[in-house]
Amino acid sequence: MARIIVITSGKGGVGKTTTSAAFAMGLARKGLKTVVIDFDVGLRNLDLIMGCERRVVYDLVNVIQGEARLSQALIRDKRADHLYVLPASQTRDKDALSMEGIESIFDELKKTFDYIVCDSPAGIEHGAFMAMYHADEAIVVTNPEISSVRDSDRILGLLASKTKRAAEGLEPVKEHLLLTRYSPERVQMGEMLGVEDVQEILALPLIGVIPESQSVLAASNSGVPVVLDEKSDAGQAYADIVARFLGEEIPYKFIDVQKRGIMSRIFGG
Amino acid sequence: MGLFDYFKASRNTATVARDRLNILIAHERAQADQPSYLPALQQDLLDVIRKYVDIGDDDLKLVIDRDDDCEILELNVTLPEAVT
Repeated sequence: MARIIVITSGKGGVGKTTTSAAFAMGLARKGLKTVVIDFDVGLRNLDLIMGCERRVVYDLVNVIQGEARLSQALIRDKRADHLYVLPASQTRDKDALSMEGIESIFDELKKTFDYIVCDSPAGIEHGAFMAMYHADEAIVVTNPEISSVRDSDRILGLLASKTKRAAEGLEPVKEHLLLTRYSPERVQMGEMLGVEDVQEILALPLIGVIPESQSVLAASNSGVPVVLDEKSDAGQAYADIVARFLGEEIPYKFIDVQKRGIMSRIFGG
Repeated sequence: MGLFDYFKASRNTATVARDRLNILIAHERAQADQPSYLPALQQDLLDVIRKYVDIGDDDLKLVIDRDDDCEILELNVTLPEAVT
């Protein structure tokens, strides 16, 4: 049975699309049939981050409105055998996403895929609701920053009340906290909210921490999901998140300051 | 960490952020739990009371409390001091 995962945050610019691309690629590289869908109608960017922007012919809205078949809109990733991208429309209005249309697309995708990853637009409008409505699990992408944490809390409230699982009284959406743009040095200096702070405020299980990293911009510059950059800290962190999501127990990296003084190396901690 | 970092720690802005968030989010969660008809009910009650007594918007407080499986509607009206 396919699982539907929404990547959401409320606030914009915290790393939803970067996470969607890396997470979907990570799942596919584990041999799992994965499709990643861009729900940001009018402001699509997942195609750029995935590096398939020149191969977009049909999009989500075309399929919903019956102008193309689902198989025509799905773009097969050239780097992973089991990964497909379903782009959003760049020109249409976001209200073109109808509840029934999305539902029938999900029904069809569930027949072939193991994981359906939904890249939510920022905000709490129609597109964001469409992205979260059918979700079984949610990865809440949060920066250690005051407005991002507040918006994440708002999204958690909506996941608990405005999703299909809430409407039908099923088991609630399984939520995961993903902290991005984390800088252990600044946390140690008392300049940035730490992992424990954010976790305590949001009361969510932590799926991982992505360090602030130059490799993220380099990856999006070149249209390569950062998880493929195995040498980079962010790439490794995303690979760990995928493994953790699939049930492996992996210690958290990049939470503590990397370069340690002699004293702390001797005494640990 | 250098010696000076210890002095810096006294101006810890992360702690300020955490404290502000804790207060704000507790408040917003309480608001979100309130039924959507509450503001309208509050306005109607104000209108009724004003037929008899002149009170300000802030003189009426309406809160719903949940005690296990029992909901309590708490209405608090501050009447103006009697003018003789």
